Amino acid sequence: MQSLLSFKHGVHPPEHKDITAGIASRRFPFPDEIILPLSQHIGTPAESLVQAGDRVERGDVIAQAAGFISSSVHATASGVVKSIELWPHPNGTMVPSIRIDVDPNSTQMQRPRIVPRWEEVEDEDLSGEIGKAGIVGLGGAAFPSHVKLTPPKDQPIDLLLVNGCECEPYLTSDHRTMLEHPEKVYLGIRIALKALGISRAVIGVEANKPDAIEVMRNTAPHDLDVTVQALQVKYPQGAEKMLIKAVMGREVPSGALPSSIGALVQNVATSANVAAVFTTGQPLIERIITVTGRGIRKPGNWVIPFGTRLRDVINQCGGLTDDAAEIVFGGPMMGLGQANLDVPILKATGGVLVLSRDECKRQDILPCIRCGKCLEVCPVFLNPQLMGALAKAERFEELAADANLGDCMLCGCCSYVCPSNIPLSQLFAASRVQLGRLAKLA
Amino acid sequence: MTDSIVKLTASPHVRSAESTVRIMWSVVMSLVPVVAASVYFFGPSAILVLLASAAGCLVTERLFGSRPGSLADGSAMITGLLLGLTLPPGFPLWMAFLGGAFGMAFGKLVFGGLGQNVFNPALVGRAFLQAAFPVAITTWPAKTDNWWVLQGDNFALPFMSPVVDAATSATPLGNLKFEDDPVVTPLLDLFFGTTGGSLGETSALLLLLGGLYLALRGHLNWHIPISIFVSIFVVSGLFYVLGVSQFPPLFMLFAGGVMLGAIYMATDMVTSPVTNLGCWLFGFGIGFLVTVIRIWGGLPEGMMYAILLMNALVPFINRATQPRLFGTSGKKKETGS
Repeated sequence: MQSLLSFKHGVHPPEHKDITAGIASRRFPFPDEIILPLSQHIGTPAESLVQAGDRVERGDVIAQAAGFISSSVHATASGVVKSIELWPHPNGTMVPSIRIDVDPNSTQMQRPRIVPRWEEVEDEDLSGEIGKAGIVGLGGAAFPSHVKLTPPKDQPIDLLLVNGCECEPYLTSDHRTMLEHPEKVYLGIRIALKALGISRAVIGVEANKPDAIEVMRNTAPHDLDVTVQALQVKYPQGAEKMLIKAVMGREVPSGALPSSIGALVQNVATSANVAAVFTTGQPLIERIITVTGRGIRKPGNWVIPFGTRLRDVINQCGGLTDDAAEIVFGGPMMGLGQANLDVPILKATGGVLVLSRDECKRQDILPCIRCGKCLEVCPVFLNPQLMGALAKAERFEELAADANLGDCMLCGCCSYVCPSNIPLSQLFAASRVQLGRLAKLA
Repeated sequence: MTDSIVKLTASPHVRSAESTVRIMWSVVMSLVPVVAASVYFFGPSAILVLLASAAGCLVTERLFGSRPGSLADGSAMITGLLLGLTLPPGFPLWMAFLGGAFGMAFGKLVFGGLGQNVFNPALVGRAFLQAAFPVAITTWPAKTDNWWVLQGDNFALPFMSPVVDAATSATPLGNLKFEDDPVVTPLLDLFFGTTGGSLGETSALLLLLGGLYLALRGHLNWHIPISIFVSIFVVSGLFYVLGVSQFPPLFMLFAGGVMLGAIYMATDMVTSPVTNLGCWLFGFGIGFLVTVIRIWGGLPEGMMYAILLMNALVPFINRATQPRLFGTSGKKKETGS
């Protein structure tokens, strides 16, 4: 057997991708209300351009990026702005959000618009067009794509890595994107390459998606210097640093960005949505989202307009089963738990996961027995055992200065393997919040 | 559909099936063949001694353990069994009980219970017994033909000297070290356990099988026993070749408590290093110390002290073998503060 590229350490949680991997994506019916938070990305929240009572069409800009590291928000359905108010956000806070009463009689067509021909746009202006379309990284972090595509001048990019790993268990949205829209992915890659002024791309896909690897290989344009690279199935293969390590064999220096070693990572779904901007002119208003888990009656892959409430998604998918226990936006390893059914689907929501009681059993926390398993799985070679002890003792400064808390990706591998069920990565996330508060006090 | 969701937690939302309780009980399970062999070789005395030391540990944990239900995690059971397996078959039961209680109380509970102790509690118990009852712990009754006959004076009353009627015999290590006419016990006898010695120390085969089972299940860090074996073989081989030592290297490996100690005591997760590099150093240290103690020390066996000494060094080993942070050369980062 051919040995596959990968990184050191990591874990092998059960994949459960068979629940939805074979289900083609379908268009989700438009709900009667859409809620679009002004902050769906990393960076400054967008500034609203509309007022209550305004009529908006699908695809209209309704909030514009405030500054460079920010992202515009577009109406994902036609209707009338009901209000702009604080609304529950999937991250647990209340965020100013634009509520739109969806017009039930609308055809949900976009306004006719002039679509820029990507071949004719100057290389350096491409990222601006991508920014205007509100494109953010769809792998989970939601970092504005136009910022990524404008790397620092002293750190030129020479390789575009396209991330089709989808290492989170259960999720199949990137998988379906590659199967259903390979041409869009490739067009997005072309545009990103042109924007960066480079010629080479590698698509990394975990080996548990042989059909996607085959489709991507068969549809690869001959004039494009692109390789489809099968990677070992291991979590977190899809983390930027791990993908770069697997494909390029190099480690991104601690504290630095991938651009420092000439790499840029873009998710396959991001690429597909970049392509839409330059073909139909559709900004980022919807994506393929996996609704899955043993706690939902009818799992599937859906093209869901952002702003659709969790409640509507669950109802459309047959409702919760009797033993549904936990709802998560994203995958089970890094996804956000949800307690409110009114939260909207966001740009970075790759999946809605409903875990049954059996899938997320509560387990007793025992003392650390120093087995060292957390050290054996940490993909960035931290010492979670020591960090956990420091976090419990609330020695946050030491945690940051001596135990390198800043390098932790919160991937959750340590918590996953801990036989004593110590919530290690949860403690680290909380410690970061505490450190932020301490920094503000100082 | 209701709005009440059963559970809201931070990620990750799923856990591996691995659990500390499962690790502990599978260690206990892997000791079952060793216990059975000790009963086969030494008769009812074996089971009595094991029960007494286990009872000492369990009662102490139950009475003074800080966590409710801590008996269920299996760690006290392991300590009791391991201590019992290091004792001679004719050992007075009250002493075995006392050793278990002492090991549990002063080897583990005073540090704060499971996960907090520096020294292996079973070995703390044994060290106490060695100091308190040096004669009883080195009395090896000669084998009798009748399986049902107790080996020595198991039922000696507390604080009375045990009376040993039967002739005493020497263990393979003692024989080679102290007898006027030293005999090297054949390796096959050591391997299958048909020699005198402590309850669980005799059959290398069963101990190796138990260790293999645990290593395959990921419940044992194989770096530790392997480094101990390599180190003992190399160091004692060197001394043997140089003519300073009368112990052949393979004999050194299979005699006495090396197997039990290397596979079950040194690998105690709590008292061994957390890094694999640290485990190598830890194992090499144990192997070196046990060889030196056996050759030049006043005792025939040195496994217990070798492990306890290295236990004390574990915090330093951990500090010295921190993993290299991803994306760095491994040198300490500038913290700037």
